[in-house]
Amino acid sequence: MSASSGFNDEKGGSSSVGEPEYGHDPASGGIFSSDYKRHDDLKEMLDSNKDSLKLEAMKRIVAMIARGKNASDLFPAVVKNVACKNIEVKKLVYVYLVRYAEEQQDLALLSISTFQRGLKDPNQLIRASALRVLSSIRVTIIVPIMMLAIKEAASDMSPYVRKTAAHAIPKLYSLDPEQKDQLIEVIEKLLADKTTLVAGSVVMAFEEVCPERIDLIHKNYRKLCNLLIDVEEWGQVVIINMLTRYARTQFLNPNINENLLEEGCDKTFYGSDGNDDDEEEKDKGEAAALAKRKPYVMDPDHRLLLRNTKPLLQSRNAAVVMAVAQLYFHLAPKAEVGVIAKALVRLLRSHSEVQYVVLQNVATMTIKRRGMFEPYLKSFYIRSTDPTQIKVLKLEVLTNLANETNISTILREFQTYIKSMDKDFVAATIQAIGRCATNIGEVRDTCLNGLVQLLSNRDELVVAESVVVIKKLLQMQPEKHSDIIKHMAKLTDNIQVPMARASILWLIGEYCEHVPKIAPDVLRKMAKSFTNEEDIVKLQILNLAAKLYLTNSKQTKLLTQYVLNLAKYDQNYDIRDRARFIRQLIVPTEKSGALSKYAKKLFLALKPAPVLESPFKDRDHFQLGSLSHLLNAKAGGYQELPDWPEAAPDPSVRNVEVPEWTKCSSREKRKEKKVEKPFYSDSEGESGPTESADSESYSSGSDSGSGSAESGSGSESQESEEASDSEEEEKDTKKKKKKEELKKPVQRSESSEQSSEEEVRKRARKSKQQKSDSESESDEDDDSDSESIPSESEDSESEVDVKNKKKVQTRVKAVQSKAPPKPVTKESKKEMSLLDLDDFEAAPSPQVTPVNSFLSSSLATDLEGLSLSDSVLSPTAISPPGAQKSYELLHRITGEGLSVEYCFSRQPFGPDTNMVAVQIQFVNSAAADAKNLHMEDVKLQSGMRVKEFPEIELLPAGETATAVMGIDFCDSTQAANFQLCTHSRKFFVSIQPPVGELMKPVFMTENEFKKEQGQLMGMNEITEKLTLGAKCRNEHTIVQKVTAAANLSRVPCGSDKECRFAGRTASGGSLVLVTVASEEDGAARLTLNCDKMVIGTMLVKDVLLALTQ
Amino acid sequence: MRFVGSGSHSAFPVYWQHHNLSTKPESAAEMIHSVFLINYTGDIFLEKHWKSVINRSVCDYFFEAKEKALEPENVPPILQTPHHYLINIYRGKLFFLAVIQTEVPPLFVIEFLHKVAETLQDYFGECSESVIKDNLVTVYEILEEMLDNGFPLATESNVLKEMIRPPTILRSVVNTLTGGSNLGDTLPTGQLSNIPWRRVGVKYTNNEAYFDVIEEIDAILDKSGSTVFAEIQGVIEACVRLTGMPDLTLSFMNPRLLDDVSFHPSVRFKRWESERVLSFIPPDGNFTLMTYHVSSQNLVAIPVYVKQNISFMETGPCGRLDITIGPKQTMGKTVEGLLVTIHMPKAVLNANLTATQGNYTYDLATKVLVWDVGKLNPQKLPNLRGSLSVQSGAPKPEENPSLNIDMKIQQLAISGLKVNRLDMYGEKYKPFKGVKYLTKAGKFQVRT
Repeated sequence: MSASSGFNDEKGGSSSVGEPEYGHDPASGGIFSSDYKRHDDLKEMLDSNKDSLKLEAMKRIVAMIARGKNASDLFPAVVKNVACKNIEVKKLVYVYLVRYAEEQQDLALLSISTFQRGLKDPNQLIRASALRVLSSIRVTIIVPIMMLAIKEAASDMSPYVRKTAAHAIPKLYSLDPEQKDQLIEVIEKLLADKTTLVAGSVVMAFEEVCPERIDLIHKNYRKLCNLLIDVEEWGQVVIINMLTRYARTQFLNPNINENLLEEGCDKTFYGSDGNDDDEEEKDKGEAAALAKRKPYVMDPDHRLLLRNTKPLLQSRNAAVVMAVAQLYFHLAPKAEVGVIAKALVRLLRSHSEVQYVVLQNVATMTIKRRGMFEPYLKSFYIRSTDPTQIKVLKLEVLTNLANETNISTILREFQTYIKSMDKDFVAATIQAIGRCATNIGEVRDTCLNGLVQLLSNRDELVVAESVVVIKKLLQMQPEKHSDIIKHMAKLTDNIQVPMARASILWLIGEYCEHVPKIAPDVLRKMAKSFTNEEDIVKLQILNLAAKLYLTNSKQTKLLTQYVLNLAKYDQNYDIRDRARFIRQLIVPTEKSGALSKYAKKLFLALKPAPVLESPFKDRDHFQLGSLSHLLNAKAGGYQELPDWPEAAPDPSVRNVEVPEWTKCSSREKRKEKKVEKPFYSDSEGESGPTESADSESYSSGSDSGSGSAESGSGSESQESEEASDSEEEEKDTKKKKKKEELKKPVQRSESSEQSSEEEVRKRARKSKQQKSDSESESDEDDDSDSESIPSESEDSESEVDVKNKKKVQTRVKAVQSKAPPKPVTKESKKEMSLLDLDDFEAAPSPQVTPVNSFLSSSLATDLEGLSLSDSVLSPTAISPPGAQKSYELLHRITGEGLSVEYCFSRQPFGPDTNMVAVQIQFVNSAAADAKNLHMEDVKLQSGMRVKEFPEIELLPAGETATAVMGIDFCDSTQAANFQLCTHSRKFFVSIQPPVGELMKPVFMTENEFKKEQGQLMGMNEITEKLTLGAKCRNEHTIVQKVTAAANLSRVPCGSDKECRFAGRTASGGSLVLVTVASEEDGAARLTLNCDKMVIGTMLVKDVLLALTQ
Repeated sequence: MRFVGSGSHSAFPVYWQHHNLSTKPESAAEMIHSVFLINYTGDIFLEKHWKSVINRSVCDYFFEAKEKALEPENVPPILQTPHHYLINIYRGKLFFLAVIQTEVPPLFVIEFLHKVAETLQDYFGECSESVIKDNLVTVYEILEEMLDNGFPLATESNVLKEMIRPPTILRSVVNTLTGGSNLGDTLPTGQLSNIPWRRVGVKYTNNEAYFDVIEEIDAILDKSGSTVFAEIQGVIEACVRLTGMPDLTLSFMNPRLLDDVSFHPSVRFKRWESERVLSFIPPDGNFTLMTYHVSSQNLVAIPVYVKQNISFMETGPCGRLDITIGPKQTMGKTVEGLLVTIHMPKAVLNANLTATQGNYTYDLATKVLVWDVGKLNPQKLPNLRGSLSVQSGAPKPEENPSLNIDMKIQQLAISGLKVNRLDMYGEKYKPFKGVKYLTKAGKFQVRT
């Protein structure tokens, strides 16, 4: 088709029947002289030196193109004007050129230099449009020029030009696939782009050129997730679809455990294994065992994707909503998929084409996840004004949704549909009733009776359809329904529709044993009316006769022969043939061969009951929302949705190396692993490079600093000091180590005592927790967000502070070694970790006492001042715009140029020790100065207090300022809400702390720890068993992870199997004691003692999450 | 369709190139290859290709399907042909047909085509064949800008208008005199901004922001008048003409009513989540700020009741019709624009009725009875009664036709939604602000 259309191209333009011809090709002959002359006009106009004439000519030419007329002969005349000064003429010339260049390659080359000039223009829009036109000219000879232009544009200053470059990539690729490798390089480069403008376009290019190169996405995954909400709608669709595929290759099936439980409620599970996820196909027992061994923990990146796509369900663009819906359907834990139902139901109010597509997808979803659409049952009710194709689809959905509880409502609805004028729809309704009857045993009889009544319908189609459906239903349990067969037999007197009569006769014949008395009588009646019957009925009469003869020859022998004789002289040769055939088979004569012995087998073979199932069954092996899904056939270029991997590939591939200019502390790095990553990006918002988590490699290196919350801070500004610093730190750790060694007496045992009684509780809690986990995540993303985010950002803050102290950073080395090898593959990772390991081994001991606790509060306040002035002084050094890693308080757009971020500094808050210090950074990127930055209207939960930051009188445009405020959260994770005011505006903002930030580290000895722990037993103790994540099986990582999750300090401990941490809640001063005791094979036990039970439970959750990854 | 060719071009290299493309299905990917605009009778009056030309004969598959479907609404939106997929929408008596070659989410294409229709509507005030034919070049240029290589490029009409100016009467007069065109002569900057829906440097002498809260009641009532299904679909249409870069905040008295919402991209989702206010930098001009849904779980007030009796005699060519409409829950407002539409069974030949109020018409060809009642007077309820003549010999119609009701209630949002206040930040002047409420019948159907 496309080939042939290619051949027709030219001519395509020239005419469609019945349209006046103008703009014909002059070369086709002088006969069309008027046309010829007309083109002459145009040529003259184009040659004139008046722009207005040229414009007029070009408009007429473009109109010809739009109508599909051929204007190719004007090429030489048009191309001359490509350099025309008049922008309007120029634009139209471009339009022409793009259309015809392919056909006039040589001439088209004349125009190229114009575009090449345009590529160098100082104006970004001109550069972009030059590239756009140049790349749209499908002339193979300019491939090298295009390649060059694309490469150049890909590193253009202007994001718009880069976007155009991304658009040009597929164009060049389809022109010359040989360029693939080079183009992939460009794509790789553009994928790293941090602007929303480019993101959608480059992913589109990726999908078209190299969708198989999933590895290119790793490094950009988090960034894409975070940019998503600000990308334009079309780009969102492409990105979401691609990320769905990506996630399927990288994460574990979140329903791996639930699938086992679900069998009870999920009907399709019985139906066939094949239609469920592959996990279900596995041996149940095996899967169950597997599930028990490994509690599923969602990869934070997986969570990030789910969280960041969810708001897009509110998009006005149906394609975006559908994209998110399919993402959730394919990727989300079952408990969370429900959120998409409402949005999809909303789309049903859109244009009918949208409804059509959405309903197809809903139909597929309802088969697997019926529950989620059940509340919206009524939204699928059918209106008489719906187009038939919509009606039928809604019917499909209603049928899929039917279950024991709602079936009566649905059947009542169906009853009204049966009366519709739209007969196709009525037929579909009857089919639907049949399916409900097969699926739901309770209503089978009701349905059957209803259908039997329909047999008296006047409409042939209705009757025929009913008979067919009844036939199918009866085939399922014929013995139970001999009364219906009897009833139908009686109907033969009244029903005139041939199709229905034929079906009834088939039924009686098939089940003649169930109606031994009636069957011969029916045959008698039929024999009587034989000559007046329609052909299909006659055929069935013959069948009936044959079957009866075989089962009940005594009564029916004569009748059969009579019928066969009648048929012998029928006008229709089919009937004559059938009669002859049957006679030979059933009436034994000498001539009849061996076949007649098998007559019974032939006629009375058991016919399998037809299966009534949805045409949408199994469709979900196609990615929902795709064209292939809709057609239920693979469309060209469709990328299969991969099955979940058995084991998750290394998640660290998504870690991004730290751009040199970011200050990035060891702690931050360490943290990465345990906290959910999303907020990372959150804080980066639109500006941010995703600098997350190279945790693994770091963590092994960070050992020496690991115990101390404050030890590490590395930023390039300090790199020069690295050597001395690290020396210093070595000493430091040595000292500490000694100290610890002194207090080494091993004492552990208490904890094991209670283990048995705890066991039970533990289990219950665990399951509960898992549940609540998923719930809270799905319902209130905000919660989980805010819980983790600040903890993260706090680090960066503290680092800034600590930096000034010149304390110890082991990490610097790591950062350095890290930064250069940009292609972070696994090898390079390993290399690095090896390096770090060496480092570590050289260093004396990992056991470190918390530096934090040594800080005198006065020193801390000093530091606070320092950090303030520091960041004000050198905003570029510390935090180049966009490099902030803290949590966003006010977005730049919302704040009209003022963006505000905050983080928890983990410093004592000078004026009031009950308060948690929150460092706030203001960046004024607006054109105008911001004045009088201050807080107002603080809204707090009772008991909470806030120490406002001092008013910032002036924040000049482009400047950054930092302030510190204190909040007494009263040991709760309630948010502090207030208004952030400038001289002109007020913004509602809120700060919510993660639970780990509500405490302050406390230094204590092992003995003290044990003593305190002994007093916090029973209700105040929470114990959890866990399996340590593969990456955190050594002590140092455990220490790192715990201290990153909560502001606690390490308690020295004699056993290397146990790590202990202590802290006090900031406001109430309640002790928080954490013990992590590791056992064989990565198993571990987490014990938390705290008399604030809420805090305890929340903290356990966080620590658990941190440790299990 | 046959093509009479001008044969002189057959030697162009384009052919082998084409061939290449078609034998290389994987890499020839692009989203939308071509778009055809087709009128109701099946004439292709505009075609636009973003890559090599696809012959318009590809539309034959569509025409075939259209023929088969009888009603334009029943043409399948997605058709598969041997080498292409055709995705079409039907809008304003026009078919917009996109040709695609490879996998692409169908909704992506459908939404894009609707966007095209909306853009044309926005540009020319209506989206009809005649208007498009009159502005062929402009439409072609708009299409050119909306897609690049088949991928949407500039779809915000505000950005497009910077590049291609919409025609005005004045301008077209000027253009004829000076030979100017509608192309923008300044470079568009909207594409570069972070808020592509608004251009910089907007200036008005009268600064005004109007919001229309329009609610539609979708309902199915059964024979006895009880509600089978009812819900409220709301939309807030805005007309904002404000100078500069205003940042608006619209808040409601009772935002909890809203069950499900979708927003214009300008609305900040996070603020909605946390504070239930709409905070946004508005596009310039008319736009849909949000749509919402008031759950069917809530009780929906049904403003009118309908007493109807339509019956056909078992024998004899005759039927009776008797309809009375009265106010039910109107919140003290007047129901206006009342209109009843009934699709009669095919067998009904004619209607002989009397209306106590308004006029009725019966279209013999389409069998549609329309009763235009107008304002509902609670003192004197409108009634329509009389006989229907049924084709003699035809069996008694199986079903009773359902009634579709149209109506309007001014100054009322039936859900009770109320706008609390509109605040503007970022600009100094004081704008005129206004909110209007309107309730309409959406898909309001009474089964009989």
